This record gives sequence, structure tokens and C-alpha cells, in this order.
Amino acid sequence: MNSIYARRRRRNVIIRVLCYAAAAFGLTWLGLILFTLFWNGLAGLNLSVFTQMTPPPGSKTGGLANAIAGSAIMTFLGVAIGAPIGMLAGTFLAEYGRHERLTTVIRFINDILLSAPSIIIGLFVYVAVVLPMGGFSGLAGALALAVIVIPVVVRTTEDMLLLVPNPLREAASALGMPRSLVIKRVAYRAARAGLITGVLLATARVAGETAPLLFTALNNQFWNIDMTTTVANLPVTINNFVQSPYEYWRQLAWTGALIITLAVLTLNVVARILGRERNTQ
Amino acid sequence: MTTMTIAADAFQPPAASAPVKIEVRNLDFFYGAFRALKNINLSLEQNRVTAFIGPSGCGKSTLLRILNRMYDLYPGQRAEGEVLLDGANILDPGVDVNLLRARVGMVFQKPTPFPMTIYDNIAFGIKLYEKLSKSEIDGRVEAALKGAALWNEVKDKLNASGLSLSGGQQQRLCIARTVAIRPDVILFDEPCSALDPISTAKVEELIDELKAQYTIAIVTHNMQQAARVSDNTAFMYLGDLVEFGETSQMFTTPTQKATQDYITGRFG
Repeated sequence: MNSIYARRRRRNVIIRVLCYAAAAFGLTWLGLILFTLFWNGLAGLNLSVFTQMTPPPGSKTGGLANAIAGSAIMTFLGVAIGAPIGMLAGTFLAEYGRHERLTTVIRFINDILLSAPSIIIGLFVYVAVVLPMGGFSGLAGALALAVIVIPVVVRTTEDMLLLVPNPLREAASALGMPRSLVIKRVAYRAARAGLITGVLLATARVAGETAPLLFTALNNQFWNIDMTTTVANLPVTINNFVQSPYEYWRQLAWTGALIITLAVLTLNVVARILGRERNTQ
Repeated sequence: MTTMTIAADAFQPPAASAPVKIEVRNLDFFYGAFRALKNINLSLEQNRVTAFIGPSGCGKSTLLRILNRMYDLYPGQRAEGEVLLDGANILDPGVDVNLLRARVGMVFQKPTPFPMTIYDNIAFGIKLYEKLSKSEIDGRVEAALKGAALWNEVKDKLNASGLSLSGGQQQRLCIARTVAIRPDVILFDEPCSALDPISTAKVEELIDELKAQYTIAIVTHNMQQAARVSDNTAFMYLGDLVEFGETSQMFTTPTQKATQDYITGRFG
């Protein structure tokens, strides 16, 4: 073995060890976070969490039912509003406007929106919706979440449609298929798994958002699914409870955090499975 | 770079000429500022196979993609001149490209089955322009698959994904899909370049059978293929049509030195 090759092998070993160490370092924290979450969260996880309302200060009973329902409804509404807009915009970028200069501008702005701090979006909706409407509301919360959903879905939709091979579009056009049908019946179908994955990831993203809801939906101690007034939700409840002096509230905060994490984890796993189906197709 | 000089007798029509289906007149084509085709004049005869040969970048695929206005999908590409399909200029801005493409079908280099079932791959195209009953569509799908010599291989799995077929089968599925909408003309853009020899032989046989009903144009890199399947051959080089004539004559006594050099493998 000559010296050049020996040195290359040594360097390879060093780099490999560093890579493993970096991966282990990152995973350790993730593991610790999950462990703490499960350790503290599981202790309070029982049926009453899902059936009882958030307790008043000092109470030793109560659950998160209203917060879970509020979060679910606002997340659903946010995605229901944001995902179609995002998909249409993404479709424009990847299909109709692929060769236009405007597309570059929109993509750049979308990327900014994608990385905008969510508290800014919360403030924006506060000024644009909450103040004119005269009060906090679940609808404003859903709108804030929708604003977060849009850029995520725009991005994934565009990326997934760009992965659809162009010859497929040409082949569809060559049959005399109008553009709209080429997109709807061929491009969407070829990219279907990826498009669904994008929406699921966007859902996961907004499910745990706190800041945008602080200024919009606020919170509510009682059962309320009327979206025109304040609505309870998990992230803000956790935020309030975890800072409180009451032992029971802090326990509920841990449990709520665990529930969000499990929900997001489930969405991510489903998205992964769908994504894998796409690759093996 | 000088344009090649072209002898006057290079464009002699073939001896026993059939009716003209497509006539290309003074055609220029531009990718932005680049002139990819220079004053092309030729005609595709009905129920004949016309092959376009020439080295990479000579413009043969570009020419083919003008015949169904495929280039329309991309900005910055434009054609000047006339392409007459049954006497009507298809380059006219008023022409509906979707209707044109339903008349001038195209089969691509790589098989491009749609991500749907084998049945739907074919039925989809039919349903675009015709309102038929389920049984009529079934009949058309079967006829198209038989026409593309694929029926026996897929008749028991029409609901399987088109993507589950082998490359050669996928290409025949694409031919079936094109045939199913009953075009007048079928354009083949290097249809066998991604296929193995056995699949290639099947597609070539198919082309030979299809010319009874359709006017066919084929771009190929394979000179033997051009010699085997075509009646007329156009040799192109650097955007010029160097020679156009009967295949038998082109491959035995080409009038142009460049044609002879290319056919005998001296360049390209």
C-alpha cells in the first residue's frame, strides 16, 4: 500500500467518525426531548384528558377536550383554506408560468414567506382581521394558519410537478389534450403522492403553531366551536399552563405537548409512506 | 460555415408518387435567434412512410415537432413558412393545436404511458373528442391494442397500471393510444432508441402495417431502420434538407456526396 493511498484511507476513517459523531450528537438531543416528553406527558395521559374541559386555576380535575377540538378545527380550516390556494399557485409556477419571469419573482417572495417568523404572521392577521372584526376569533386563527400553509404547499406542489417528466406532458398534449386536462389528469396524477405529502407536511407544520394563535384565536377555557369568537387550542393552552404555579396545569401542558407531538409524528409517518409509494411506482 | 450546395435534381419526386398528405414549403424554424431549419421543402405522401435521417442536431426532430406544432408548448420557438395538411396551413395562428394534434399523432423516443391503467391510457384519448358508450369504447380499446400487436399480452390485465409493462410493451401501448384516436398522420420520434432488438423488430413491423391506414413520418438515428421501414427518406444536415427521395434510390445511388458519406458511415 503506497503512502498516498494509506493517507486517503486514514482520512476516510477520520471523516467517517466525525460524521457518525455529528449524527449521534443531533440524535441525542432529539432522543432526550422525546424521552422527557413521554416521561412527563404519559403520566397525565388518560381518558379524562380527552373528555373534560381545561380546568380553572387550582382545580385538580380537568382535561384538554376543548383545546384539542379547537386545535383540530382550526388546523383543518387553515389547511382547507390554504392548501387549495397553495396548490393552485404552485400549479401556476410549475405549469402555466414555468417560463415566465413573474414566476421567479413569485417563487422568491414565496420563499421569504416560507421562512417568515410565524409571530409576524400572527401580528399581520391581528391587524388585518382581528382589529377590523372587533375581537379575537377562531376564524382569524384559521386564517393565520392558512397563511402559513400557503407557502409550504406552493413549494411542495411546484417541486412535485417539476418532477413530472416533461415528455409525459408532451405525450398528453400530442393526443390533443388541452392544457388544463394535461395538468389535471396527467401531471396531478403522476405527482399525486407528492402533492398529498406536501399537504400533510403543511398540516403537521401548523398543528403546533403557537404564535399565530396568540393574537388571533387567543384561548378559551370552555367548550366552544363557534369560530366567530375565541377558541381554545393546544399550543396556547400549553403556553399558558406550563408557566403556571399549578402542578395540575403543568401536568396537562406536558400531556398536551405529547398529544401534539404524536399527531405530528403520525402525519409525518403517513407522508413518508405515501412518498415511498411514489418512488417505487 | 457555408450552407451546402444542393443539386437541382435532389428534390425529384419519387417515380410512382402517391397523393400528398403534408406539404412543407419554405419552412424556417427558430429557437430564439438560432435558425435551426433553413428553407425546408418536402412532402409526405399518403400511406407512405417518410424517414428523416441525419446526424444529431441536424433538425430532423425539430421538423417532426413542427408537424403537430409541439413546439407551441415552449416560448421562444417559432416557425416561418407553410406546412399544408390536406392543403390547409397548420402554422396559421388561427389553427386549434389540440384539434390538429388529434389528427397528427406522435409517438416519442421514450415510452410515455400515463400513470393510469392500460385501459384508461387508451380510453382517455378516445374520450377527449368522442362521446361513446362503454361498449363502443371497449371495442375501440381492443382494436387499438390489437392494432399495436399488444392485445394478447395485456388482455387479461387491462386494469393493471400502464407503468407495469416492459419498455417495449409501453412503447406499443403508446402507439395503441395514438392509433386509438384515429389520426390521419402518425409521427414517430426515434421510437426504438430505448428498445431492445426484439421490441424494435415488433415496432418496425407495426409501422409497416400501420401505413396501410396512416401517413407516417419517422425520425431515426438508425440507417438500417430507415432503409427497412421507409418509402421515402429525407437526409438533413445542420438545418438543411440535403437530399429527399425514394429510400431505395437514396440508399443505393444518392445524388449528394454528403448523403453518401453519412449513409456509408463516414461521418455522423
